[in-house]
Amino acid sequence: MQPRFRNWHVQLALLPAWLIVVFAYLGTMVFTVRMSFTSSKGIPIMDDVGLRQYDRLFHTDRWTISVENILIFGLLFILGCLVLGFLLAVFVDRLARFENTLRTIFLYPLAMSFVVTGLVWQWILNPALGLQANVRNWGWTSFTFDWLEQGDRAIYLVAFAGIWQSCGLVMAIMLAGLRGVDQELWKAARIDGIPTWRIYLHIIIPALAPMFITATLLLATAVVRSYDIVVAMTAGGPGISSEVPAKFVIDFLFTRQNIGLATAAATVMLITVLVVLMPWLYLQYFRSAPGARRAA
Amino acid sequence: MASVSVRRLAVSFGHVKVIENLDLEVEEGEFIVLLGPSGCGKSTLLNTIAGLIDIEAGQVWISGKNVTWTEPKDRGIGMVFQSYALYPRMTVQQNLSFGLRMAGVPRAEIEARVAKAAKLLQLEDLLRRRPAELSGGQRQRVAIGRALVRNVDVFLFDEPLSNLDAKLRNELRVEIKKLHRDLGNTMIYVTHDQIEALTLADRIAVMRNGVIQQLATPQDVYHRPKNQFVAGFIGSPTMNFLTGRLILGAAGPTLDLGSVSIDLSAYGFARQSSDVPAVLGVRPEHIDLGAASPGHFAANGKVEIVEPMGADMIVWSRIADTPVRIRVDGDSAFRNGDDIAFHFDLARASLFDAQSGERL
Ligand SMILES: Nc1ncnc2c1ncn2[C@@H]1O[C@H](COP(=O)(O)OP(=O)(O)OP(=O)(O)O)[C@@H](O)[C@H]1O
Ligand SMILES: [Mg+2]
Repeated sequence: MQPRFRNWHVQLALLPAWLIVVFAYLGTMVFTVRMSFTSSKGIPIMDDVGLRQYDRLFHTDRWTISVENILIFGLLFILGCLVLGFLLAVFVDRLARFENTLRTIFLYPLAMSFVVTGLVWQWILNPALGLQANVRNWGWTSFTFDWLEQGDRAIYLVAFAGIWQSCGLVMAIMLAGLRGVDQELWKAARIDGIPTWRIYLHIIIPALAPMFITATLLLATAVVRSYDIVVAMTAGGPGISSEVPAKFVIDFLFTRQNIGLATAAATVMLITVLVVLMPWLYLQYFRSAPGARRAA
Repeated sequence: MASVSVRRLAVSFGHVKVIENLDLEVEEGEFIVLLGPSGCGKSTLLNTIAGLIDIEAGQVWISGKNVTWTEPKDRGIGMVFQSYALYPRMTVQQNLSFGLRMAGVPRAEIEARVAKAAKLLQLEDLLRRRPAELSGGQRQRVAIGRALVRNVDVFLFDEPLSNLDAKLRNELRVEIKKLHRDLGNTMIYVTHDQIEALTLADRIAVMRNGVIQQLATPQDVYHRPKNQFVAGFIGSPTMNFLTGRLILGAAGPTLDLGSVSIDLSAYGFARQSSDVPAVLGVRPEHIDLGAASPGHFAANGKVEIVEPMGADMIVWSRIADTPVRIRVDGDSAFRNGDDIAFHFDLARASLFDAQSGERL
């Protein structure tokens, strides 16, 4: 008997999962792509206008700004989280005695949703209520920090708040990795007389490569989905200066009643994600051969 | 001049004193094995010599220099670990050269040293590989190579063969012995495998609870153990112990086992003693079957269990209700319940004070 049929009852048990994958994921994906070729406004209609929605999309300022912002935000957010998260992990690892307390402190922001993070930082950074107002109250009346109200600066603050929220997660991942590093490796490096920072740079970080990949993927999905933190902190403003693609899609889908344009934007996002993920999936798939050899 | 000398060393972790007041002198070019049960402080002692653990009191001297507060890299040592501890993402070549590059050794010199070590350890074909692509034995050879390229006087090994399977362990053991013969460096080697200790060592330091029980040649440690712990720890199957009372009568010393009395006049006493509870230790291979020779203690018994071990066979019998193991030729035919006569030479036995465990 062929093995594929031998465990048919297992496949049967997995049937609901398969149904969800086929209809909920693939079905909606196909539907979204199909919609992007229609002129649907408030309700879906099934005509065919070709690539007109895409043409409009890339001539919409709000979309091009969104794309620019997500690139800035994504780069800063991912790099910031990785660097800060790793440094925090090293710090906690070296102060093993206080590990539990510190880990709680650094992981605490993660327990908040992006909305709460956004609101908290919005208050702190709001020139009229937060940091600027307080420093002025203490007597430094010329102190100015109003990036949140400057169109070309707001997205950096959003990235900063995001880093503050998510670097604890990276720290937790990295800490687990650091704890897994063989103590004898440290001893060997000390006998070789390798300076501590070089041990981290040349030995520990390469050994933690899988942790970095995992963390980057988790953060990248957060970047693509970033919506709530922007809504809570800047609502896309001032003006449209801190808009992001996910917000563009939601706004055009539900408030601006333009299903065609929104689904075109969603499709562009989907393709981008696939293009970025493909090399990684490809690597994963083809790496499994040497990986298996390593395990043997 | 001693190559490595540890003086009045004390080490503790928090409130736990692991080593107290330990002295050890290692001669130039000597192969010393630290042997002892798990947790007795072997690794701790080795790490203090390497400078990887801070000491509480005492001094460490290497090649005539007081290195008590010197950084590990400046002590003139190389170290090999149980887990190999190779730099994971670097090739064999990089693993060997990384430390030298950090130390600012000229490029040509690095290449020469790496080539020499690779040749000595048969790593030449593996230089481009990463540790993940090597077998355990190859990894450990790389680790040895990494210690080798440092051109140091003293090599420290912490259970380097424990992660290998039995066959590879035997092969690499011989390689390490050859390496010592060819290089002539001082080597300090930690293990809890007594075969490794007996085969490799010039002298064995048997440790227990952070104290060196005996520091002597493998032969002395095996045949003239200084106390009952050493006697019981070394040797497999373990030494037979007969507990009784030492009686120094007019007719010469005897060990009274209750129903049996063993004449000790042939035993070479290590020191003066009085009538005390004592333990007689006899190695299983020192008990022979058949009729007694003069000066031997002879007994009769029944075979209780037979354990064939390939080359040898262990036959269990009894002397005065104490079970004894007798090592016989592996090709003998014994069955449970057989009557046997056996005897042993008291000159080859060991007698210990039952209280202190010291050799009498
Ligand atoms: N970092 C540490 N903190 C606290 N106690 C320790 C530490 N390292 C070792 N010890 C204790 O010191 C004692 C000696 O440890 P050590 O590692 O030297 O033993 P060992 O003889 O090498 O044993 P093994 O054969 O298992 O390697 C043990 O009782 C151990 O519990
Ligand atoms: Mg140890």
